[in-house]
Amino acid sequence: MNEREQILARIREALTVPAPVPGSHDGRAPRRDALPTSADQRRVLPAVGDSFDARVSQFARNAADLRAEFKLLANPSNLAAELKRLAAAEQWDRVASHRGALTDPACAALGLPVLLTDEPYDKTELERCPAGLSACDALVAQTGSVLVTTRSAGGRALSVLPPHHVVLARRDQLVADLPEAFALLRSKYGADYPSMISLITGPSRTGDIERILVLGAHGPRQLTILCC
Amino acid sequence: MSASASQFKRDAVRLTADLRHRSLIQTALGNYEIKRDEKKALFQDYNGARQLAAEIKWEAINRLDRHLEQFVRGLEARGTKVHWATTARQACDIIVGIARSKAARSIVKSKAMTAEEIHLNPALEHAGFEVVESDLGEFIVQLRDEPPYHIVFPAMHLTRGEIQRTFKDKLHDAPSDNPEALTLVARRVLRQKYVQADIGITGANFAVAETGMISVTENEGNARLTAALPKTMITLLGIEKIVPRLDDLALLLPMLATVGAGQLISGYNTLYGGPRQPGETDGPDEFHVVLLDNNRTALLANAEQRDALHCIRCGSCLNVCPIYRHIGGHTYATTYPGPIGGVITPNLRGLQDWKHLSYSSSLCGACTEACPVKIDLAHHLLQNRRNASRRKPSWWQKIAFKLFAPVANGRIPWMLVTKGGRFGQRFHGLIKGTRIDPAYCWTRTRDVPRIAKQSFKEWWRENRK
Repeated sequence: MNEREQILARIREALTVPAPVPGSHDGRAPRRDALPTSADQRRVLPAVGDSFDARVSQFARNAADLRAEFKLLANPSNLAAELKRLAAAEQWDRVASHRGALTDPACAALGLPVLLTDEPYDKTELERCPAGLSACDALVAQTGSVLVTTRSAGGRALSVLPPHHVVLARRDQLVADLPEAFALLRSKYGADYPSMISLITGPSRTGDIERILVLGAHGPRQLTILCC
Repeated sequence: MSASASQFKRDAVRLTADLRHRSLIQTALGNYEIKRDEKKALFQDYNGARQLAAEIKWEAINRLDRHLEQFVRGLEARGTKVHWATTARQACDIIVGIARSKAARSIVKSKAMTAEEIHLNPALEHAGFEVVESDLGEFIVQLRDEPPYHIVFPAMHLTRGEIQRTFKDKLHDAPSDNPEALTLVARRVLRQKYVQADIGITGANFAVAETGMISVTENEGNARLTAALPKTMITLLGIEKIVPRLDDLALLLPMLATVGAGQLISGYNTLYGGPRQPGETDGPDEFHVVLLDNNRTALLANAEQRDALHCIRCGSCLNVCPIYRHIGGHTYATTYPGPIGGVITPNLRGLQDWKHLSYSSSLCGACTEACPVKIDLAHHLLQNRRNASRRKPSWWQKIAFKLFAPVANGRIPWMLVTKGGRFGQRFHGLIKGTRIDPAYCWTRTRDVPRIAKQSFKEWWRENRK
């Protein structure tokens, strides 16, 4: 028997004796047969508003708490102006991005050299880019998170290596809560998931020195979310 | 007493009296408690969430064979190489073997408690590889050649001044003791390492059976970089990390962050389902997953304590434990300290050698209350004590109970002993806290309460009307 079979055999042998049901020690609810559903999760997780406006303001509040920049733009044409303002303020000399319906016009409007990560690229070059522009799969109102995948956001490194990550999102990408975000992943990618899926919540942070919050530990120091 | 027990006793006595250490930990954990309670209050039903989380992990662990097979099938279908290791040694050999076959010059690693458990870094260094810890806290304790102090906050016991001195000695770069400046130093050093490293090693917080993915939780982005830049990625995880479905993470990720670090959700929660896939331009060419048993199946066979495998390593039982807060993380001398360590270490590494950890508890039950997946930690500590004394009874305890039983069972002997004790206590002051005091172990640091003037029986006789 190889290691795999030996370990599985030990597991099966161990499981012949049943374990007490969860939570039995405090006399609470007996175990049900089915696993918790999304509806069960929604009953216990933090509440989310019903309307688009309530969700936008919840996302904005979460983003502010996390020290991420969030802007809801009146229409997509404002995106270029907003990016130009950022580029000027931070003196970007180039940007990294990927091809997409939102990123293409944004990069064109910036008029800076662009490193595209959807073709083979040099990681030291990406490391030198002051900003990475990416699209996303969803924004999550409940937690202020941005859902990205290798397919939606230009691979694994674009959203984490440059010091400023700028996310471009559409209004209809705002979802209410985490169960909805996972349901979206399932319906969008189903049988063929991307090799990386990341839920990004705020800029990179650490509290490892005296539990004091410092931004920009290894990943981006700044996270800007532009929603149009 | 085992060597580990006497070491434990010595360190516990020393650190309990170290007021500087205690105030550092109290401040750090005091801030954590405020944040944790803020986030808990956001849940509509936090205790309901604990019950759901316990049900998810119960299903995962009690049908572990099926879930593991599904997990592995999913990973292998997309080109991941899965390895199985019964022992720590085997797991180290597998990883060293991969590093050799890649002729790796440098290895970058993100935080993984399982790697501490199998002593992976010494094994890799012994084989001639350079390994750099990329999590800031782990990087600091690695520079100091210390084990992590806490499973979530590895450098919680250090002040900024100590960290500055460490950076000055080891990196020759420490402009100030400002946490921001120190973080920047580490960022600069480690950025180079990511770009140069041939192999990235990570742990995993969850393993999703349904989709064949590992899930890594972090705040710094170091694990993201570890999994993005090197050509080979290796993930080491215990077989108990399984959750049945992708959707289970919608509940478990915020639970882990809330009680683990006082955040509603951690900065980066990332799922990896394979190496670079067709059409992707970055990520590793090879992805290896190493599944570790290391006596977890023995704990699984202990049905009474099987739920200890539900543990999601959030560290919340450490944070609330009055013993942990006094004696500190290093005193336990195990990978997993605190109440969860006291439950699992005697199971994983030998009951008689490690039973002292099950006694290092006041049985206040704070750990059971704090556990997000409802592991009955306080009772498991008691069960370890019971098992330890059943298998190796103590002769002096036997004598003590032989003497105690007739006294406790007889009206007259009991009266004589309590009356005598009341009389004798008058003279206790003369020897209290000295070596000849029969209660020395207790009285050298504590007071003995006075025996009541009146027994309940006497009170009842007087007041019954």
